[in-house]
Amino acid sequence: MNRLLQRVLPALLVYGLLMLGTVLALAPLLWMLAASLMPPGEATGTPPRVWPSAVTFEHYAALFTRLDLGRYLLNSTLLAGAVTAISLFVNSMAGYAFAKFRFRYRDRLFRTLLAAMVIPAQVAMLPLFLLLKQFGLINTYWGVVIPGMASIFGIFLIRQYLLAIPDSLLDAARMDGAGEFRIYWALVLPLCRPILVTLAIFTFMGAWNDFMWPLIVLTDGSMYTLPVALANLLGEHVQDTELMMAGSVLTVLPVLLLFVALQKYYIAGIMLGGMKG
Amino acid sequence: MTGQDRHAARSAWVFLTPALLLIAVFFFLPVLAALLLSFTDFDIYALGDLDRLRFVGLRNYLDLLQSPLFWTALGNTFYFVAVGGPLSVAVSLGAALLVNAPLTRCPGFFRAAFFLPVVTTLVAVAVVWRYLYHPRFGLLNYGLGLLGIDPIDWLGDPAWAMPAIILMAVWKNFGFNMIIFIAGLQNIPTQLYEAARIDGASGWRQFRHITLPLLGPTFLFVALMTMIGYFQVFAEPYVMTQGGPANRTLSVVLLMYEEGFRWWNMGYASAAAFVLFLLILAGTALQLRLRRGDSE
Repeated sequence: MNRLLQRVLPALLVYGLLMLGTVLALAPLLWMLAASLMPPGEATGTPPRVWPSAVTFEHYAALFTRLDLGRYLLNSTLLAGAVTAISLFVNSMAGYAFAKFRFRYRDRLFRTLLAAMVIPAQVAMLPLFLLLKQFGLINTYWGVVIPGMASIFGIFLIRQYLLAIPDSLLDAARMDGAGEFRIYWALVLPLCRPILVTLAIFTFMGAWNDFMWPLIVLTDGSMYTLPVALANLLGEHVQDTELMMAGSVLTVLPVLLLFVALQKYYIAGIMLGGMKG
Repeated sequence: MTGQDRHAARSAWVFLTPALLLIAVFFFLPVLAALLLSFTDFDIYALGDLDRLRFVGLRNYLDLLQSPLFWTALGNTFYFVAVGGPLSVAVSLGAALLVNAPLTRCPGFFRAAFFLPVVTTLVAVAVVWRYLYHPRFGLLNYGLGLLGIDPIDWLGDPAWAMPAIILMAVWKNFGFNMIIFIAGLQNIPTQLYEAARIDGASGWRQFRHITLPLLGPTFLFVALMTMIGYFQVFAEPYVMTQGGPANRTLSVVLLMYEEGFRWWNMGYASAAAFVLFLLILAGTALQLRLRRGDSE
């Protein structure tokens, strides 16, 4: 009996805590989804409902027809897509240079970039705003994209990945007389595929979820990204709980699906970043 | 230097130029400009006409130090970092230990479930939590009511607003550090635990004398990244409380945003940003020193 207890008790404890954790982690998200499908006013009844009495999509319909959410969805997708495509190209070239070439100041330059990662982005925001204002880029898509076009973290991730790939492959291509850009494009990039997927997810999600910079740069409502539009919507529709939840679902769902589809790459990326850091 | 080396160096600089140029122009340059800006009285008049700009030395910094509102923001930010940071790291470590426990079947499922809040959009889940925290209709108070606990005005009570924001932040973030801890745990050789078990060491002692010391570097990394991130808290109070009630959730970055982009006191706001940067630097140095002291 005592032996049995000694074996069962730890399992009970571990699974009990795991279940509790799962419920706590998922409950807010599930409630968001449930409330978004409730008839108006139902989410604020007493006692509060956790399940819709009848499923309705009217809040989603209202978001798209009355509140122009399709526009913000498009803005967010385009902006996050542009940041991802450009930064992947720029960062992979720089990461490749740091990993596979010898040149003067290489290590010092790389260390300087790494050290700069402790500088909070907010320090740069005020002058960046003034700079973009000079160029007439405030309230434009470029204004949102520009600060994300190169990232030190991205360069770091690509470099770490390429360090593990033998030089002999590249040397063989050079022997065959391939040009440097061709080697990068046709050989290095395909080799980097897994880490590029990882970085693409990181970058896309980061850009999608970003709030402060788009909030600062975009002044015209039609340019808003989803998070900015949602924060703005809260000001006018704070009483419409179900509507706000539908808006939250639409904001969260694309990145959540992306994560579920590409989970493996995402987790691998955190481990790589975390281990080497 | 051979011709080939020179050729390689030239190619390297070609590959580097776009990234370095972008980072220099849109990050390093603005950071330097922010330092200069913090020594000027750049305000809404200067925004329209740069001739109005004057150099004021350290006045912005002195004004900050004499502003009760800045001290409030500083205190709130410290509260968030000092309570939220360790709580976050502790929950992450706990979750990692559970998911990684030899007993646990399908760790992949639990790992993904715990990780889900991390990939959500902060603004959207802050909106969701605002409703969960509602004093009358919120699910949280309803749940507490079932346990016989009186309703709490989470975001309206000055004493509860910051704890509520911390709770939400821990929920949102713990999955990220959990993944890093799991990687760290899996790097610990299992032979060590076997040897300890043969010596009759209890679970707690194994944790204290094997797991924690060998997790040291991971711990430092996680603690540093969490601290740096938490010092920059902005969207949670912006969406959930607008810095209220009675400025009890006003953070330094929120203050910087309000001063800089609402009232256009950009010189003053730059000074606030630099004070934050210095605090992050000091915090980083402190943690690195503590760790070095630990391992000696």
